[in-house]
Amino acid sequence: MRTVVKGLFSVLMSMALITGCSSGNAPATGSQAGAGAGSEAAAGSGAGKASGEKTELTFFYPVAVGGPLTKIVDGMAEEFNKANPDIAVKPVYTGSYQDTTTKIQAAVQGKTPPDVAVMLSTELYTMLDMDAILPLDDFIAKDGGSEYVNDFYPGFMANSQVDGKTYSIPFQRSTIVLYYNKEAFKEVGLDPEKPPQNWDELVEYATKLKKDGRWGVEIPTSGFPYWMFQSFALQNGKNLMTEDGKKVFFDTPENVEALQLWVDLAKKHQVMPEGVIEWATVPSDFLEGKTAMMYHTTGNLTNVKNNAKFDFGVAFLPAKKTFGSPTGGGNFYMFKGIDEKKQEAAWKFIRFMTEPERAAQWSIDTGYVATRKSAYETESMKEYVKTFPVAAVARDQLAYGHAELSTHNNGKVTKALNDSLQAVITGQAEPAAALKKAQEEADKILAPFNK
Amino acid sequence: MGLEHRAKWRINIYAWLLLLPSLIFLVLFTFYPVLQTVILSFYQADLGSPEPFFNGGDNYRIMLEDDVFWKVLTNNLWFALGTVPTSIALGLAMALFANKALRGKGFVRTAYFYPTVVPMIAVANIWLFIYTPEYGALSHVMEWFGHGGMNWLGDRTNVMFAMIFMVIWKEAGYFMIFYLAGLQNISKELYESASMDGAKPWTVFRRVTFPLLMPTTMFVLIIAFTNSFKLVDHLVIMTKGGPDNASNLLLYYIYETAFSFWDQGMASALTVVMVVILLLVAAIQFFGLDKKIHYN
Repeated sequence: MRTVVKGLFSVLMSMALITGCSSGNAPATGSQAGAGAGSEAAAGSGAGKASGEKTELTFFYPVAVGGPLTKIVDGMAEEFNKANPDIAVKPVYTGSYQDTTTKIQAAVQGKTPPDVAVMLSTELYTMLDMDAILPLDDFIAKDGGSEYVNDFYPGFMANSQVDGKTYSIPFQRSTIVLYYNKEAFKEVGLDPEKPPQNWDELVEYATKLKKDGRWGVEIPTSGFPYWMFQSFALQNGKNLMTEDGKKVFFDTPENVEALQLWVDLAKKHQVMPEGVIEWATVPSDFLEGKTAMMYHTTGNLTNVKNNAKFDFGVAFLPAKKTFGSPTGGGNFYMFKGIDEKKQEAAWKFIRFMTEPERAAQWSIDTGYVATRKSAYETESMKEYVKTFPVAAVARDQLAYGHAELSTHNNGKVTKALNDSLQAVITGQAEPAAALKKAQEEADKILAPFNK
Repeated sequence: MGLEHRAKWRINIYAWLLLLPSLIFLVLFTFYPVLQTVILSFYQADLGSPEPFFNGGDNYRIMLEDDVFWKVLTNNLWFALGTVPTSIALGLAMALFANKALRGKGFVRTAYFYPTVVPMIAVANIWLFIYTPEYGALSHVMEWFGHGGMNWLGDRTNVMFAMIFMVIWKEAGYFMIFYLAGLQNISKELYESASMDGAKPWTVFRRVTFPLLMPTTMFVLIIAFTNSFKLVDHLVIMTKGGPDNASNLLLYYIYETAFSFWDQGMASALTVVMVVILLLVAAIQFFGLDKKIHYN
């Protein structure tokens, strides 16, 4: 049993060692125009010796869904290296999102950050507070411009931008959709082409669909229930936080109403299991016919498509005041402390990885939503949507897509909300009181950032 | 400076040299990090402070006011109470049986030891599906009693029992191995004379086997207790400490604080608490229980 404590110690150790080793060669941080002449001279003399030498980039990436994704990513990097003989990208698979962030954090503290990496889009404020990432605006201005940035869906871009600056580029992104069992719909006399449009219909349909051995609907609430909850908050009119990530709105009457709906689905209407519902088993429940509808990530689309033995549909999440769903998933980040040549190369790589053709192929291979509008204009994507129309549902819902919950001190803030949500789900607290507690805790956590 | 003194000195040097390699590793990878952790626990080192700064006992003060800290500590206590005695008793029973079994001795031992060989992460995944409501293995069994829909991991009271049961299953086989070794060391003559005196099996166990196994029990007790603080791999897979911290344990909370909240100062303070608890347990067991043990 390799314990985390040992891990913690060794991380501390390695940090100490790495800092010790690298304190001598202070990395050339993004020296701007002022130091231009000097750095150019240095670069010139370096180039003389190293003609034909490659710019090497280290690229950290996580894998969060099933399938042989490492092969696909490594393949894409190889393609890039072929097309750019002067650059050598070294892709490093770094485990889950959490593992990747941990490794990057250790590397940043050891002053040997990776050059470019994919991390959760919600890590933005954490990375800013660590002073670890570079704004990408200069690169965008030089290459791509607003035409490039505006091609991404705003719901994805929202987690990338703060104070008018862009810090990350969307790559593997998802959102929540409603999956429903068309055969179950037919069985109880519902129109299989008409999924529930609003909260009332959700309750009504779920009640009809519920029978012995089959739930009406399942909304996963283990691990990170805030994500699911956020969709209900959005449908009821307002996101959970401000755009600058310094304030949250947990205890609004609208959110209390949303949370009461969750409680009612389980306790009053008894169409959803009581207690916390495990994220990983919800798709299995759906495939086994144990639930007629489920809220889940689009990342599961390919899984459901390959394994469902019945006809299924994918729909927008039922609306209240409006449709709505948060986005999720990972973005490209570039790190401080790498020299200009590497920065240029890293930008080239990001551009390459997010080209419409590649975004389309990535979406088809994985079930992630393609991040750019132009990706859906490509031939391969058009063909895919034609044979598998539900793939377009997530894209269309993006018109109502918003930033995922992301604040300063994100880990603590989301835990405050997660704990309160689970306290309500397990019947330990009332929605209003629990959300008030989460709000108070979050306010306290965010206080240092509001000075 | 007599000759005797010099000889003693040389023996001392010799001993130190023999100890040196392991000492270097201990210092490098245990004592130095512990020292660093203690120092860091007096610093504010989180996302809100770009440069860590000394904040006295603030981390400890905040920790004592933190509900989650007390929750994980009491959880850990219940977890230890639930897993340690039962898994040790079970390990001993299994060892006695595996030692007796005439046929298929190897098979019985392997079968009992098997859960220990499986990595905790795999175990957690297996049990995740055993505990799944509706169609999990346990649900099928419970259906005979009319409780098929029990949500084991999604309920605040059930989740701790579910964890304890799984860990007992995993740990008992490991302790059996120690007891098997202990049983081999007990002289056959003792049993022969016991049977000459016409002692009943229970008396033999109570008067001969168990007392002579005390050194093993003592060792296993320490291992079991420290394991109950060290085993958290399953939480990552099964519950993430939820629902609402109902299954959260101290070490997982340290992990969350360090790598999800990025509060290095607080994580260090929590780690210090953990180290102190483990040292205390070891000390009590070594200095307290040690006296009551028969070494043969």
